[in-house]
Amino acid sequence: MDFRFDIIAHYIPVLLRGTAFTIGVSIVSIILGSVLGLGIGFGKMAPKAYFRWPFHCYINFFRGTPLYVQILIVHFGVIPAFYGSTNVLMTSFVALSLNSAAYSAEIFRAGIQSIDPGQREAAVSLGMTQFQAMRFIILPQAVKRMVPAFGNEFIVLVKDSSLLALIAAPEIMYWSNTMKGQYLRIWEPYLTAALIYFILTYSLSKLLNYIERKV
Amino acid sequence: MEPMISVRHLHKSFGTHKVLTDISVDIHIREVVVVIGPSGSGKSTFLRCLNLLEQPQEGDIIIEGTSLMAKTTRINDIRTELGMVFQQFNLFPHKKVIENIMLAPVRVRKWPVGQARQKALELLDKVGLREKADVYPASLSGGQAQRVAIARALAMEPKIMLFDEPTSALDPEMVGEVLAVMKDLAREGMTMVVVTHEMGFAREVGDRVLFMEQGVVVEEGDPEQLFGHPAHERTQAFLSKVL
Repeated sequence: MDFRFDIIAHYIPVLLRGTAFTIGVSIVSIILGSVLGLGIGFGKMAPKAYFRWPFHCYINFFRGTPLYVQILIVHFGVIPAFYGSTNVLMTSFVALSLNSAAYSAEIFRAGIQSIDPGQREAAVSLGMTQFQAMRFIILPQAVKRMVPAFGNEFIVLVKDSSLLALIAAPEIMYWSNTMKGQYLRIWEPYLTAALIYFILTYSLSKLLNYIERKV
Repeated sequence: MEPMISVRHLHKSFGTHKVLTDISVDIHIREVVVVIGPSGSGKSTFLRCLNLLEQPQEGDIIIEGTSLMAKTTRINDIRTELGMVFQQFNLFPHKKVIENIMLAPVRVRKWPVGQARQKALELLDKVGLREKADVYPASLSGGQAQRVAIARALAMEPKIMLFDEPTSALDPEMVGEVLAVMKDLAREGMTMVVVTHEMGFAREVGDRVLFMEQGVVVEEGDPEQLFGHPAHERTQAFLSKVL
């Protein structure tokens, strides 16, 4: 079997741009997703059941349906409804952030609920407000426990962003598909894509191990 | 004299399980009230109601003239006057010993950091642990952790100290050091409510002892009377088992 490095070399510049897109959309989505997820996570811990309900539904919808379907709904339904026409960049950020928020919410909730209730009791018995107890006592301890789960979520997000090829977002898989179409070859485009994803996720997991040791 | 804490007809249930039934107790300034009774008698729940870690369903608790059940009462302000010591210490594991003690004075009382540090070091001297100021709680023994927890509560300069079985989680050889700190506090005139199984402490330090069983105060009196001549047969039965 011949393996044509020359066509890979030819595609390197666009694949690098695709990689930059993948990294960019993943970073923005994990950040937006965490911020949104923190709010949703708190919503799901609310004392009143009717207040928890919408957050509960949100999480179950995004965890219970394929990202593939969510991307299509956002791309052809949600974005046109708000923006007037489809927009690949917006869909990329919105779909991945909304999806990531559901998983982040569960990470936050689990992390916060894993802290011994005695910690909150000690804090409020010293006169701290619920907010201060959360801010100074519970969250700093909970965040430490959340780091591995967040790392995992980030890695999943990087890989799942490949589904954006579906709407022609210019990321790694999109360019690999283009390469396959141009040269009618299988191994070169897909192995290259696999290698790029592997390098991204492997470096990410190394970085996360380092952060876990630090905190 | 107006009592420091006045508990009036307090009722508390968890679901259908009635934990406290019609508790009425007055606690006066400088008084050390010790609450004894078998496990599940409601004595810890009673103590936790005093700073609203548990919300009673009925009755009232009046602390220095302020009703805890009134809608206008800011419970955070009341809690700054009530120090609480827990069975499981509940030190903040992510903060050094001195930070554990300084945190509430700085964040709640809004003291300058220097003043809070000064106060924290004085309190560590008082409980004999100044050399532990910069370690994390994980490296403390149980007795040391509980003494730090007492110092942390005292840093807010509370008027009343609540102790919820402070020695029950300790190895036997460490009970004495914690009780010694508590005796010092009592001698200095701190108003204290102590839930404990340490009958020796109750007898020696308590001004008044409450015996609770099945959510009611069965009998109360000064220690000599309650331990020497218990009036109620349930008190007698309990004391014959623990003494």
